[in-house]
This record gives sequence, structure tokens and C-alpha cells, in this order.
Amino acid sequence: MTSFSKSTGMMKNLSSTATPVAAKRTHHAPPPASAGQQDTWLLEPTEDLRARISNLEFWYGDGTQAIQQLSMPLVDKRVTALIGPSGCGKSTFLRCLNRMHDLYKGVKYAGEITLMPENVNLIELDPMAVRLRVGMVFQKPNPFPKTIYENTIAGLRIRGIKKRAVLDEMAEKSLRQAALWDEVKDRLHQSALSLSGGQQQRLCIARALAVQPDILLLDEPTSALDPIATARIEDLLNELEGQVTILMVTHNMQQAARISNYTAYMYMGQLVEFNETDALFTRPKCQRTEDYISGRFG
Amino acid sequence: MATLNQTISDAQAHASLVRRNKNQDILIAGLGMLILVIAISTLLAMFLDLFITGLPRLQDPDFYLNFPSRKAEEAGILSAWVGTILVMIVTACISVPLGIAAGVYLEEYAGSNWVTDLIEINVTNLAGVPSIVYGLLALGLFIYAFGMSETVLVAGLVLSLLILPVIIVSTREAIRSIPEAYKEAAIGLGADQWQTTYSYILPAARPGIITGAIVGLSRAIGETAPLITIGALTYIAFLPNAPVSGDFPFINFDWVTSPFTVMPIQMFSWVSRPQAEFQINAAAAGVVLMVLTLMMNAIAIYIRYKVRRTD
Repeated sequence: MTSFSKSTGMMKNLSSTATPVAAKRTHHAPPPASAGQQDTWLLEPTEDLRARISNLEFWYGDGTQAIQQLSMPLVDKRVTALIGPSGCGKSTFLRCLNRMHDLYKGVKYAGEITLMPENVNLIELDPMAVRLRVGMVFQKPNPFPKTIYENTIAGLRIRGIKKRAVLDEMAEKSLRQAALWDEVKDRLHQSALSLSGGQQQRLCIARALAVQPDILLLDEPTSALDPIATARIEDLLNELEGQVTILMVTHNMQQAARISNYTAYMYMGQLVEFNETDALFTRPKCQRTEDYISGRFG
Repeated sequence: MATLNQTISDAQAHASLVRRNKNQDILIAGLGMLILVIAISTLLAMFLDLFITGLPRLQDPDFYLNFPSRKAEEAGILSAWVGTILVMIVTACISVPLGIAAGVYLEEYAGSNWVTDLIEINVTNLAGVPSIVYGLLALGLFIYAFGMSETVLVAGLVLSLLILPVIIVSTREAIRSIPEAYKEAAIGLGADQWQTTYSYILPAARPGIITGAIVGLSRAIGETAPLITIGALTYIAFLPNAPVSGDFPFINFDWVTSPFTVMPIQMFSWVSRPQAEFQINAAAAGVVLMVLTLMMNAIAIYIRYKVRRTD
């Protein structure tokens, strides 16, 4: 595993996909911008965006403001990691994107989450319509107490798809996408609860992928898993790069460095720095980012 | 301070502390065992007494196939057990769907306002209302106000009222015990409230709901007071029309509007006879009723056990 240090060696392994980003990244000239010159830093990516968050604010039902004036882009078909100390609002922000907060009373949003290319504001859309387009994988694996097959196609059933052939095809496709097919193809009709924790989490990813979400949200997807299961999920996320737009909360900076293309550092409900991952970890623009990633704080 | 440190680190003090705690454990366990033995042996003694007293009649197949009679040795419980089963079917058909629906509504749909609070308080209190009061309610409402007669349907209705709170409360408990994660998973996939409830929450809550329903029904099976209050007959020498017949339309619901008697009423009527022979009948009927109730509870336990194993 990549050791975490402020060297170029911690760059994500990009050998599999030779994307323009990868090419561009390797050409970064090393003059380290001395950190601390900027209070906040927001990179404007050159790639296509899937969403743009502008001045997002969020209040819980008890009136506490959890997100303040948060703006950042979300790049199409790339993995974006959200890092920051506990309680900084990473998960809260993530749950704004599929309006999960609307399950609870009295919450309030302001600002815009514009989904591209349609230019719809997710804050103004019906929460249910938002969740039909934005999938989510939770911290703890939460498969339904049903069969593996039924779990995989749960989202399709919710959308009223009944044709067996379609369901079978989508089940196989998304289980393959989630790198779970070979392990479960002979026991699709057994209970999902018979799977190991890591397999359950990959099943949850398959379940989210089956409905081809515009954005896939991952809320610390590996924090309840052992290192081997974690590595498999990370491999999987690396493979999904280029296919799905992913926004992932993680507590683990090495993980962010290993699998994300872009990283956003949040602190106290605000965005401090958004940058390409290796730039953020090797040449942070802000003193606060530098402090956090070098372990001086948090 | 020195003495405190001594106590904390002294091995002898530790030993006596452990001894004291162990003695305490033994005392509590012994007390619990004693209470348990008293409770179980009382029940067992009662059941055995009934069983021994009623044995002559229990061995006689006619006891299960005869109508009540003035002659104790010819009297049977046919109309009583058929009536009990019919009344229980009506009760289950009314109270289970209504109770589950009410529980789901209160847990998943109702807003948190004073109306909901009021309903909640009422439901909880209704579970403690004496059954005779339900009988009076049914007498006033169904018999006098609606002009219904003392039929299987009215009996089912009053017993449904009686056990609705039990089913509502247990449905709510069962739903509440489902991890929020299932709900969020379903909602996160774009499911609406009903899809989430029907496809994901209710199946997961099923064992708890079924257990609650059976506990409610086994309370209903032994109820006498409300049925006597609405005027159930104690002497029935005929059976309602069979629900299934060979002629078109094959299924009929005449039995719903037929007069009835049930096991506890039959028992009550025999117990209140002066002749000693009828006491034997009453004891035998008591055994049958207890076996019926225990069987229902056994089903509830089996369901719970089976589900726990598959988790």
C-alpha cells in the first residue's frame, strides 16, 4: 500500500486508465506553492462537470446550520473524495445531494445543486425524484433481508420494472460491475445476510449501480470493513472511475489519495480547498489543509 | 487516602469483594427460581387437576361431537368449539388487518402533533380497559343502536375491539425495531413511503407483528364476559350453515349471522350447574380450551424462533 507522505509517490495508480487527467497530472511541475497564502482554494476543473454546487447552506430541524456557503464542482465520471475532521459536515453535505435529510422534520436548504447537463436544481426537485437519479451507499452495509438477487434489483422493482429478462440482465451486469458476480453467481437466491461484510457492501454498491445513477454517493463505505474487504472496495472504485460520477466521504486520507481524482477538504461546515487529489495532498494551497493532511490537527 | 489505596490494591479485600458479589448472584438466582417454581407449579397443578377431573369425558369421542344436553354424560362441546373457531376467524379477519394498518399509520405516516399524541394515549389506555366494558359498548352500539342480533359477526366485532390495542401496539413495536438503515436504503433507492413500508419494512417486521396478533387472538379465545354481555346463548343444539357447500355458489357467509356459543361460555354454563357430572364436563372443556390457547402461543414462539434462526 502507498505510504502516506508528502511526496509524488503517493499519487494514485492510474496505469489502467490513461485519461487526460492522468496525463496532465504527471506533468505537474513540482515548485511547491508555499501553503498558507490562501484562505480557501477552489480549483476550476477543465473536464466536463456532472454537477455544480453553489452557495449551499443547510440547517437541521433544531436550527443548527451544518453547511455554510459551500461551492464546488463535481466532475463527470470521476471520483471526488470529501475529507475533513469528524463533525465537519462531510456526511451532512453528502446527504444533501440525495435529499436524505428530507426524511427528518424541519430541515432547510439554500443555494443550488445544479445537475448537468440538464441544469436542474436538486434543491427544488421533489426529494423522491432526486433519489431516483442520485444513488447512495452507506457507512454500514445495509442489504435488505432478502435474496442477493432481490437486493440487486431492488431499485429496478421500485421503478416498476417487471420483465424477468431485463431484471436478470441488469442483476448480472451490476453484480459484475461491483466485482461480486463470480462470488455470488451460484447463490443468487440465497439470503444477502449470508454474505460477509465486504461482500454485503459490494452488493449495496451493485444495488446502487443497477439503476444507473447520475451520481453515486458513498458515505465512508469502508469504515465498517476489514483491510482486505476495504482493498477490494477500493479496487472496485478505481474500476468505476470513468463510468460513474462518484462523491465519497472518507475518514482515511490515504484512501482518498489512493482512489480519488479530486479531493475536497471541509472544515466546520465550509469548504476549505478543492483540488486535484495529488495537488491537494502534495501542494496544498491553504495553511488549514496543510495542517490537516500533515497531521498537525484533526 | 492511604486506606482507600489499600482497599483498591489489597488482594484479600478483592477476595472478599468477589465472595460478596457471588453470594449476591446466588441469592438473586435462587429467589428467581423460587418465584418461577411457584408460578409454573400453580399452573401445572391447575391443569393436572382439570385433566384428571375431566379425563372420563376427554376420552369419550362423543364429547367432541355432541351438542350440549340436559344429561351430563351425553353433553358435548361440538357447538362450542365450532363457535370458538368461527368467532376467532371473524375476529382475526377484522382485527389483524385493522390493527396492522393502524400501527403502520401511527408509526410511519402520522405527523407528530397533538392529534397523534391523543390517539397514542387512547390506544395504550384501551389495552387496559376491562373486557366487560367492551361488552357493554357492543351491546349498546351493535345490538341496540345498529339493531344487530347476537351473532358470530357481533362476537367477532367485539373481540376485535378488545384486542385491537394489543395488535396496534405490537405492530408499532415491531416496526420501530427495524433498523433505520433498511428504511434509508429503500428511500435512497428512490422508493416512496408506501413502497418502503410495504416491500421492506413490513416484511422485516413480520415476525413481531404475527407474534402480536397471535398473543391478541389467544387473549380473545378465552374471553367470556363481553360475549355474555351481548347475549351469546349458552345452549345451542345446531351448527351454523357450513361455509363451503356442494351447490352454487359453493361459498356462503350465512354462518356469520348465525347464533353461537363458545368454549368459555359453555364451560361457564356447566360450572354453574348444581349436578356434579357437569363439573366433569366443565373440567374437560377447560382442558380443551387451554390446549387451544397453548397451541396458539406455541405457534407464536415457533415463528419467533424460526425467524431468529434465519437472521
